[in-house]
Parts: sequence; C-alpha cells; structure tokens
Amino acid sequence: MNGIFLQLFQNGLVLLLAPLLVGWVNQCRAWLQNRSGAGLLQPYRKLIKLFHKDAVLAHNASPLFRLTPYILFASMWLAASLVPVIATDLPLSPAVDVIALVGIFALARVFISLAAMDIGTSFGTLGARREMLVGFLAEPALLMVFFSAALISQSTSLVTIVETLAHKQFVIYPSLAFAAIAFVMVLLAENARIPVDNPSTHLELTMIHEAMILEYSARYLALIEWASALKLFAYTTIGIALFMPWGIAEAGRLEALPLALGMLLLKLAVAGAGLALLETVTAKMRIFRVPEFMGTAFLLAVLGMLIHFLVGS
Amino acid sequence: MTLASALLPLDIALGVIVYWLLLGLAGLFSRNSHFITRYIFPAAALGSLVLAAAALFSLGGPANIAVLPLGLPDLPFHLRLDALSAFFLLLLGAASTGISIYAAGYFRHMSGATLGLLCFEYHLFLLGMALVFIADDAYLFMVAWETMALSSYFLVTTDHAVPEIRRAGFLYLLIAHVGAIAILMSFGVMQGGHGDYTFATMRGAQLDTFWASITFLLALFGFGAKAGILPLHVWLPEAHPAAPSPISAMMSGIMLKTAIYGILRVSFDLLDMQLWWWGAIALTLGLVTALFGVLFAAVQSDMKRLLAYSSIENIGIILVGIGLAIIFHSFGKEALAALALTAALYHSLNHSFMKSLLFLGTGSVLHATGERNLGKLGGLIRRMPKLALLVLVGTLALAGLPPLNGFVSEWLLLQAFLLSPGLPNSYLNMLVPIAAAALALAAALAAYVMVKFYGIIFLGQPREANLVEKAQDIGTHEWLGLAWLALGCIVLGIFPVYIITQIDHITQMLVGQHLGGAMQNGWMWLTPIQADRASYNPLILIGTIVLGVLFTLYMVKKFYHRRLRRSAAWDCGYPEQTARMQDTAEGFGQPIRQIFDLFFGVTREVPSPFDKKPHYRGETRDLLWEWCYLPIAALTEKISALVGRLQHGRIHIYLLYSFVTLLALLAFVR
Amino acid sequence: MNILNIYSGQLINLFAALVLLIAFAMLAQRRVLSLINLFALQGLLLAASTALVAWSSDQHHLYYSAALTLVLKVLFLPWLLHRLIRKLNVKWDIETLINIPTTMLLGLALVVFSFNLAGPISEIAGTITRSTLGIAIASVLLSFLMMITRSKAVPQVIGFLAMENGLFFAAVTATYGMPMVVELGIALDILVGMIIMGIFFFQIRATFDSLELKHMEKLRED
Repeated sequence: MNGIFLQLFQNGLVLLLAPLLVGWVNQCRAWLQNRSGAGLLQPYRKLIKLFHKDAVLAHNASPLFRLTPYILFASMWLAASLVPVIATDLPLSPAVDVIALVGIFALARVFISLAAMDIGTSFGTLGARREMLVGFLAEPALLMVFFSAALISQSTSLVTIVETLAHKQFVIYPSLAFAAIAFVMVLLAENARIPVDNPSTHLELTMIHEAMILEYSARYLALIEWASALKLFAYTTIGIALFMPWGIAEAGRLEALPLALGMLLLKLAVAGAGLALLETVTAKMRIFRVPEFMGTAFLLAVLGMLIHFLVGS
Repeated sequence: MTLASALLPLDIALGVIVYWLLLGLAGLFSRNSHFITRYIFPAAALGSLVLAAAALFSLGGPANIAVLPLGLPDLPFHLRLDALSAFFLLLLGAASTGISIYAAGYFRHMSGATLGLLCFEYHLFLLGMALVFIADDAYLFMVAWETMALSSYFLVTTDHAVPEIRRAGFLYLLIAHVGAIAILMSFGVMQGGHGDYTFATMRGAQLDTFWASITFLLALFGFGAKAGILPLHVWLPEAHPAAPSPISAMMSGIMLKTAIYGILRVSFDLLDMQLWWWGAIALTLGLVTALFGVLFAAVQSDMKRLLAYSSIENIGIILVGIGLAIIFHSFGKEALAALALTAALYHSLNHSFMKSLLFLGTGSVLHATGERNLGKLGGLIRRMPKLALLVLVGTLALAGLPPLNGFVSEWLLLQAFLLSPGLPNSYLNMLVPIAAAALALAAALAAYVMVKFYGIIFLGQPREANLVEKAQDIGTHEWLGLAWLALGCIVLGIFPVYIITQIDHITQMLVGQHLGGAMQNGWMWLTPIQADRASYNPLILIGTIVLGVLFTLYMVKKFYHRRLRRSAAWDCGYPEQTARMQDTAEGFGQPIRQIFDLFFGVTREVPSPFDKKPHYRGETRDLLWEWCYLPIAALTEKISALVGRLQHGRIHIYLLYSFVTLLALLAFVR
Repeated sequence: MNILNIYSGQLINLFAALVLLIAFAMLAQRRVLSLINLFALQGLLLAASTALVAWSSDQHHLYYSAALTLVLKVLFLPWLLHRLIRKLNVKWDIETLINIPTTMLLGLALVVFSFNLAGPISEIAGTITRSTLGIAIASVLLSFLMMITRSKAVPQVIGFLAMENGLFFAAVTATYGMPMVVELGIALDILVGMIIMGIFFFQIRATFDSLELKHMEKLRED
C-alpha cells in the first residue's frame, strides 16, 4: 500500500517539478551570463499559454504525427517516475529495469523522429537524421553507464542499484568515475544541451531537436516541451541516483520522506546549476564533431566497465 | 480431439509435409491462377497452422522417432522430433501461416502456368525446410537441404528474364553448394569411420579434440554460408531482393533459421564436447556480422536490400547468443548457457515474425507503386494506412523497442552478458563487456535503419507523385497475412513468458539446465535468474504508457479544448517547399557513411558549381567482395586455365591419362 | 588504521583510474594548450597518489618523490611548455593522423592488452595497490600511441613526458618507488631532455619554418 502511495506521489511530483528544473537551469544560465532571466516559473507560463492556443496542423499530417506528442509525453513521464529519487520501494520499478529504461528513451526518440519526417519538410528530415545520429551513439553509451553500475550491484534493477550504492558501506568505485563523465556527455547530447545542440536557436546549421518539432503548435508543442522537461528531469535524477544517491528513504520508512525530499531538491539545485555552468563555459560544436563527442562518451563508458573488471572494486 | 491425441506430433508433421506435397502437385497440374490463389495457398496456411500447433504441444513431450523405408535400399529415412526440432517447426509453421495467406493475395495477378510452377516450388521449399528440421540421419538431412536450396533457387529466379536476377540466383546457388559440401564433410568427420550416417551414431561417437574442432568449423562454415555469416554473406543482399516478396520473406524469416538449427544441432547435440574458443570464434563472427549488416543496411537505397542487410545483422545477433552459450557451456556455467541459448532461440523466432512482416510489407509497396527505390517513394501512410500501421509494428519490433518482441530477445542477451561472472580466461573476461558494447551499438544502429526505412517509404511527401498517387491499399488476404505476423510480434513482445518457459525444454536437452526462474513471479514477469537481479514486465510497461496517453488525452480535453486548424506546413517560413527537399535514402544514410568511412568502398560523383544539369551519385560497395571474392574468382580462373591445358582434343592423349591413372592407382593399392 | 588502509587503497585505485582517464583525454585532445593542462593534472594526481602511498605504507622517501613530482611536473614543466608554445606560436588545434574514435578504440585494445600483461606480475607484487600496475602500463602505452598519432612536435614531447608519468606511477604503486638516486636521476634526465628539445624546436622551426614533423623526412639519406 505504501508502495502504491509512493509511486503515485512520485508520478505527481515529477510532473510538477520537471518544468521547475528547466526554469532553474535557464535562470542559472541567465545569471551566469549577466542577464536577469525570466524567472523560475517561466516554463509553467509557457505551458499554460501553449495549452490555451488553437492548434495549427499541416494539411498532410497523419495520425502518427498527432499521436506522437502523447506517446512522447507518456513515455517520458513513465521514465521519470521510474527513477528512485526519494524512496526505493516503487512498484513500477521492477517492471522496467535499466535496459528497458534505455528502451523507453529509444522508443520516444524513434517516435519523435518519425513524426518529424511525417510532414515532409526539409527541416523535419534533417532534424530526424541528426537526432538518430546522436541517438545511435548515445543509447549504447547510456546502456554502458548503467552496466557499470549494474556490475557493482549485480542487478539491472534501478532500485537494487540505488540501494546498493546508497546503503552499503561507503566504497569508492573507480569505474563510476568513467561512467559519470560518459553520463554527463550523454545527458548533454540527449537533452539538446549546448555543446551538441542549442535549444534557443532556429538556425539550420545548428538545430537538432528544434528542427524536429517545428511543425508542432499549441497543445502538441506544450506536451513536447513538457516531455523534454521530464526527460531532463529523468536524466538528472538518474545521475543523482547513480552518482550521489545518499539520503534516499529506505523501503518502508515513510518518516524519512521529508528529509529525502529536501535532499532531492538540494541535489537537483546543485545539478541544475552545474548544468548551467557547463553550458555557459562550452561552445556549440560543429555537427560532425558530434559523433566524435558521442563516440568518446561511448568508449569512456566501455572503459568504465573494463576498469570494473580490472581494478575490481 | 481423440484423434489428435492418438497421433504423435511427428505423424502430424509428416502428414502436413505430405499434404503440402499434394497441394504443390495440385497447383502444378491445375494451372488455374484463380484456383491456386483462392484455394491452394489458404489451404497451405491451414497446414502451417496445424504444424505450428502440433509443434507447440510437442515441445514439452518426449522425442518421437520414426524410420521410413524410403530412399535407397538399406538407407531408410530416420526421423526424429525432439524439443529443438519442435521449436523450429513451430517457427516454420507460425511464420509460414502468415506468408501463405499473404501469398494468396499477392500472386493473384500472375498467369496460370507460371503460378502453377511457382506454387509447386513454393510447397517444395516449405516441405524441404520442414524435413530438415526432423531429419535424423545425414542422408535425409542432405536430401532435404538440397531440396530446400534448389527449390528456393528456382523461386529466386522466378523473373529469370532479368539478367541481374539470373546472376543473383547463380551466386546464391554457388555459395549454397560450397556450404553444402562443408556440411557434408562435417557429417563425414562426425560419423567417425563407422559408415553409419544416422545422427544417433554421431551422438555416440567419441571424437578427439582435433576432429571435433574440425567438425565444428566445417559446420560453422557450411551453415554460415546459408545463414549469411561474414564473409559468406554476399549472396544474401542479391538473392533476397531478386525473389518475389513472399519468397524473400520465407527465405529471410525461415530459411536462414535452418542454418541456425544446423549449428545448434551439430554443436550442442551431435558433438559431445565444446571448447571455449569455438564460442569465442562464433561470438566474434557474430558481432562482426551484426555490425557489418546494420552499417550496410543504413546506406542502402533499395528497400529489399536494406532488409536483406538487416537480416545479416540479426543472424549475427543470434550467432552472438550461440557463441556466448558455447563459452558458458564449456566453462560449466550451465545456467548462463541456458540464458544465452534462450536469447538466441527467442530471437530466431522473433526475427522470423518481424522480418517476414517487413518483407511482405515491401511486397505490397512494390505492387502498389512498382518501385523498390526508397528515393522515389514517400507519403504512403496517407494512401495505404492499413499497410502503414502493420508495417509500423514490424519496424518498431525490428528496431528493438519495448514492448515489442525484438526488445525481449535483446534484453535476454544483454542480461546474459551482464550476469556473466568472472570467466577463468582473462582475455575472454574482458571480451565480454566489449562485446556487450558492440551489441548495444548494433541494436541502436538498427533503430537508425528502421527510422530510415519507415520514414522514407511511408512518411513525408511523395517524392514521385505519379507513383504514389495511383497506389491502392492492401486487400483482405494481404491484410490477414500481415496482421497475423504483426500480432505475433505484439504477443511475443508483451507475453514472452509462455514461449520462454517452453524453450526451457530445449535448453534442458542441450545444456542440461533451464531458466526455471522465468515464471517464478507469475506469467507477466520475465525474471531469467532472480527477481532482484533482473526483471521485466512488458505488460506493465505498455499499460502505463497507454494509461498515460489516455490520461493526457482526457485531461487536455477536460481542462482545455481540442480546437484544430489545418494550414500549409510552416518549415521555418521557407516559402518554396518541394518534395525534393526531403532527405533521400542516400541523404539519410550519409552520416553513417561519413563516420564509418573506413568500412565502405565509397565512390562519389559530385557536380561542379558550373554544371547546367547537376548530377550527384554516391555508391557504396562491399569491400569484402573486392578483397575476398574477386581474388578467389581470379585464382579459380587461373587454375581452370591451367587445367584447361590438359585438354587437347586428341583421343589417344585422353587414353594416356586414364592409363597413367590406372598405373598410379595400381601402384598405390599394392 | 585498518579502515583507513582500505580507503587509501580504494583512493589509490580511484587515482589510478583517473590517471588512465587523463591518458585517454590526452589521446582525444586536439588542442595543445589543453594537452599541457591535462599533463599538469596528471602530474598532480601522480603527486597525490605518491603521497598517499607514502602515508599508508610509511615509506618516507616517497614524500620527497611526491614533492619532486609536484615541483617538476605540475609547476615547472607545464610553465616551460606554456612559454614554449607562446614563443613558437603553435597553440591552435592539431589534426591527428588517425581519427579520434579509431585512436580511442586502439587505446581500448591497448588497455586490455596491458592488463593481461600485468596480471601475472601483480599476482606476485605484495603491495596494497598491485591492481594498478595494469593501469600504469596502459598509460605508458597510451602516451606512446599519442606520440605516434600526432603530426606536430610539441604534442610528441608532451606524449614523451606523459610516458614517463606512467612509468613513475608503475614504480610507485608496484614497488613503493625506485631508490631515491634513480628517481633523482630520471627527474634530471627529463628536465635536461625537455630543455634540449625546447632548443631543438627553435632550431627545427628556424630550418623548416614549421614544426610539422613530415618535413624531417627530408633529412634521410637518399
């Protein structure tokens, strides 16, 4: 019973917190760049505005195009609610282990790429191609990051991984150092962040994510934006769960929840600020440097697994 | 019911084989295209369904043995239906049910005489494959194997008026026979001088390490030629596109699996030992094949060639599972061997569904538009929505996405990699994570390929409007066949536990252990080892996503509105948009070509800025063809030229040859 | 003490992993400036792990090694290199001879190879940090690989210095360092070597007007 309550609580929490994280990252970026920024709540305002607008759809849009935002939203919501961030007894978690989690991200990516190709504009196919280009290296890299952690806990269940890392005696895992760097690189690439993609321009030379969603408007766009926020949230919490899991509530201990929630907010704030800093100090790279960047992430993650076998932790 | 329970599954299988033979003969003699498509193909599908059902129920049962007094004197046919045979018969029956129904619709425009012949070859092909699975002696096995190879050769060359198709058929026949020789030699080694070619003797034969290794390598080579394992894959991308689509579906979906069956039968059942380096070879070959296949699939612009390369990739993945199983088995880690083997078998079954589905889908596209080149298609989702939906299922399954079936087998295989504890060999130990990474890369690239395949054929604007405008959606038979296969993909994806517990009988037979845990948490939970190590529940996964979609739809409707306006596409405000501005197949594959430049032989013709009529052409060639096959061909030609010198045309010189041979033999025998 | 020992062992493993990570980062780096900074960072890690080994194993002479490393490899040599590239004006990107992912793939193979090489040796080494020997060998080989794949002279020198880092790390972790005299000698060697190479750079540039190493192919006898 506790488990179901916790699961529903987390489902609601991620839905509401995700745009806040985006707002926080943007606000930090604004501060770092000497701008005043739009405020923490700007993403919510944007979502509400978009939901109120009338949707405009291209003449030849197919049902696939109209359904994709919903599928994207639902799968990112599921992904974000699977990551144990405040407590480890989530009933959904055993159903979807880390491999399946990577599969859900892939599912969302394939659907948005297909939808981008649906209208048949030059930008749409360009975006889809680039997205799949980033994805085919990011996906195995993410999987290898998970495997590095799974080798330590001898389990692919995210809950077991987090429990092992958070509650056992403190041990330094060198393999996780590699995994962490690879993970940050994947996070930047998968969430359309600066060295790989720039969410705030519409220049054809640089667009990836934006190029795919050009034809969406109103509620469809709102769902996609929200799904992107959820994706960023999911990635950030995965990072927190793998690399700084301390302070999470153990199974069956409801009284630890407030503390865990506080810890989560703190960790999210730190992670968000770090992300903003990272984005501010790096420059966008050429699109054909991206495979190199992702290839490096992939190889680092593989190296992390090797290190686990070699150094033996 | 009483009749069915009185019959042994092997009897049913034999009955279906005879039934198919009769159907084929009926088709050959009737030559009435209406009769054949309306009655014979659906009847064949019914036979397939019966076969599949019988095979499914016999999976857990004891092995059936029969001896048929056919064939040469003193060489009766030995038949045996054990769990491994039953599984592959299930695969054959289930996939060919869909293909035969589809064929009933697909071939309806063919002229009677051609169709009669085709119908006969088609059924011969089916029964040849079925016989391969139940043969229990090398003699029958080779007869069935050749029946299969020859009938499929004639099916591939159905359009023999086209020179490329004749060439493709010849290449196929050549490599099939080189492979068959290797298989025959491997059987020859295995019978160990007893002169008895039944599999039962081979199981009992005690081979030493050297001869066992020779047998394994010969079998890997011989069956590899049929499966399309590198570097014996060259016939596959030529032959699959040449054949009519139901035949391509059957070759890719089922025939390639006969080779997998052969490898499993020889290495796990007939040979009584396994060495770890066999597994390492199979694993490495599998990985190279998988990566090669998927990279080449990404740069193809012919939709059937693309799928053919993707078949190479999937065979590679299955071989990885087999290699891993051999490694684990040779080190005595039976539970893990069972896991890897389950993954390989399940992927075989899954691939037969999804690849048949997609090949049949391309057949419908081909019928509707007459075009195989991706660069001329586009926008078919609006003209053929029924087909587009069914093909989407296959596309997502082949891309390895949850909750469909391709994902389940990849999940199992990755678990096998991940749960491998320290193997005693340190190089091997480090090979495991690298292999897992390569496998993950291949799986991710498969998604790239499938987005390209589906996006360019079905989505976007029609690239050649006149081709797509006249396209008609599929008819009932086609729909039924495709829907059966799509349903298979979904059911195998969402309810994997039942079939996987059935596969336990095979792993029990081959490696002496089964997963056991697969059912421990109920029929929804896939838990191959223990629940806290790994579990997967596709029903909850898809259920939550569907619930999420419905919830969102409801909430958006309740709190906001569903107003909608149609207008022209925005495209960042560019006023001039034509269908030519979309990516072509070459364009979509360009990043892959650029990144993996090393592996492709790329030739480009790039227009200069002053060309009045700019023309761009990019071609990707298979370097293995140039490095491996052309030298062999040149060598063969040289040798034949040398041998040719013996031929003078003078009768007494020929007599002299015979005389010298006779003398030499006499001296040797003495 | 026991628990501290466990943690110092783990910490040294972590440092070893980071040394390897930096070796890979150098392999993937195009910019000369970042290359120098990475080299300095590797030196810092080396100094830190030397000090840690000294503390946990009570080998006092290792403190001197750590201090020497700090002064020489973290402060002096990077400063010298910075000065050098400023004077030579060669701080822009350098294209590698083989593309970077392929280089890294080769690097991965080298890591596997060196760990198998180190396996039997670390079995007999009695130190707490024996598993890091493989990493040390790997970073030597990786630096070597970096030297091979760069076409300009300055990265090659950095590769050479990084190679020495790897050797030093091997010595510290496998046998608690070399005798002091040897260490001092090596330190002097690389110092002198560095200065001589610095002079060579100016000579090479004066002669060929570039630091591109392929110009040196002209020097062979025909």
